[in-house]
Amino acid sequence: MVRTVTSFGRSGTFDWLYQRVTAVVLVAYTLFIVGFIFFSEDFGYQAWSELFAQRWVRVFSLVALLSTIIHAWIGLWSVVTDYITNRMMGPKATVLRLAVEALLAAVAVFYAVWGIEILWGV
Amino acid sequence: MLKVSIYRYNPETDKAPYMQDYELDTQGKDLMVLDVLELLKAEDPTLSFRRSCREGVCGSDGMNISGRNGLACTTPLSEAAPKGKLVLRPLPGLPVVRDLVVDMEQFYEQYKKIEPYLQNDTPAPAIERLQSPEQREKLDGLYECILCACCSTACPSFWWNPDKFIGPAGLLQAYRFLADSRDLATDERLSNLDDPFSVFRCHGIQNCVNVCPKGLNPTRAIGHIRNMLLTRAV
Repeated sequence: MVRTVTSFGRSGTFDWLYQRVTAVVLVAYTLFIVGFIFFSEDFGYQAWSELFAQRWVRVFSLVALLSTIIHAWIGLWSVVTDYITNRMMGPKATVLRLAVEALLAAVAVFYAVWGIEILWGV
Repeated sequence: MLKVSIYRYNPETDKAPYMQDYELDTQGKDLMVLDVLELLKAEDPTLSFRRSCREGVCGSDGMNISGRNGLACTTPLSEAAPKGKLVLRPLPGLPVVRDLVVDMEQFYEQYKKIEPYLQNDTPAPAIERLQSPEQREKLDGLYECILCACCSTACPSFWWNPDKFIGPAGLLQAYRFLADSRDLATDERLSNLDDPFSVFRCHGIQNCVNVCPKGLNPTRAIGHIRNMLLTRAV
């Protein structure tokens, strides 16, 4: 048993499941948006703003944004803990890894807030 | 003439590892790689490698043969050096003790973590714990592992985190005991594996399956462990 406190859900099973669920959400959202762009007649500002005037589209968009953040966190946390390790770099890896993780967390919060502002601000 | 290039490193005399070239007359025979090593060692006694049974049972002579991990004793030249050039390196990712001999400590540490023995505290029956043919069949493809480390040292996740990721060999054995009807420690075993590293650093690239000299499939076993963890958790 390896203890971790910066992984998304502490449990590997939890992270594995969330990464897959969020991936499915992202596929669905991508198909939805791309499908809308391709199949809507007279696609333009009008169609776009009418689409996002509906609450369920905003909620779906927010779910997709949160899914992106969760998916990215789990994936990038794996990358960071693969390549920035104390085994390869010594004690400075702890500081570097924590700094990168803090930066990723800051970016995640920034995008979450910004996304909500955009979705509910127009 | 067969051209052989071998990784050489003696920490007592060499500053850095280097590749040494040899030539060997195989007299047109399709020798095993281990035979080549033995013939070369007769010429150059400083050449070091591990070997024991020379028939793919002991798992001592796992090494990187022309870019692919395998057992020297069961890999013929026709497979390893079809163009007459053989390149031998130690198993990747583990510390080199000397030449083709690696320090297997990290590999065994991970094996130890999965508690590779039957755990059953119910009173032992007079003769033995019986299994039905169906229960026994579940161990096929698992018990045959000889712990040669070819799979784990072919796995990038094991290269990056050999102290945290159990690795394909250890996980194949973990499933061997999870699947055993006589073992009663299933829940404790699963609890010990339910972190982001032990099992879940496997990203399913199947390097392990590709190199296993016994034709086993650790990726499938890891999938079974993941399903057991998931079934328990959702």
